[in-house]
Amino acid sequence: MFLWLLDGKSKAGKHMNLLAVTIGGFIGSILRYFLSISMNKRLIGTWIANITGSVFLAILFYFHSIHMLSDFAWLFLGVGLCGAYTTFSTFGNETIQLILQKRYKHATSYVFLSVSISLIAVIFTLHLLGY
Amino acid sequence: MSEHLKQLKIFLAIGIGGMIGAASRYGISIGFPVTNKLPIETLIANLIGCFLLSYLLHVPFMKNTFSKESRIGITTGILGAFTTFSTFAVETVVLGEVSILLATGYVIISLIGGITLCFCGYWMANRRRESI
Repeated sequence: MFLWLLDGKSKAGKHMNLLAVTIGGFIGSILRYFLSISMNKRLIGTWIANITGSVFLAILFYFHSIHMLSDFAWLFLGVGLCGAYTTFSTFGNETIQLILQKRYKHATSYVFLSVSISLIAVIFTLHLLGY
Repeated sequence: MSEHLKQLKIFLAIGIGGMIGAASRYGISIGFPVTNKLPIETLIANLIGCFLLSYLLHVPFMKNTFSKESRIGITTGILGAFTTFSTFAVETVVLGEVSILLATGYVIISLIGGITLCFCGYWMANRRRESI
């Protein structure tokens, strides 16, 4: 009955798309903050959020690409929730904090471990799903 | 104010910030045509977010003007949600299927650009402090 609301091309559908992303953003950023305060080090919280979020997004991306996940669910869970749950700006700022403290080894390994592990995890996930 | 209420306010500030950040990122993404080349929209959001977060974290104006809850809402909430790592990772892998070179370039531009812009934000925030 309300399925026309989920049609991304209608005017109401466009508002619903934005609403999906917005609500996803609300949940995703609270989850990230919750994770970061429950860890001893905030850096590890960001790292875990970025890796787990990347894997979750890879799973969503696969099901969206084979049309088993609607555009609406993709916008809510993928663009909104996963997008807000993971963060690039905090990652960059934590890196320059380490550089400013002259902890160059830590900075290099933080960048390397974030990028390499997330990429390997995404490749592994997509491979496992048969993408 | 009780500790619980304070914590609740911070959670709410981050949630509302996250709504604004995610909606802005989506706004940028629909403004760009879909191509199979570099995912410019994610790159732009990430680079702008890196600069702004670094600037706002270090500029004295923020500390003098906003409460702790509002500051966390703006930095961790809005800018944390505006930028994204998961889309960056998945887009890199998908881009790698088309061209390894493009994917490598995307990672290098994101990392070097992001870290450089974080430094720019930091320097700009501190330069203001010295001139006052």
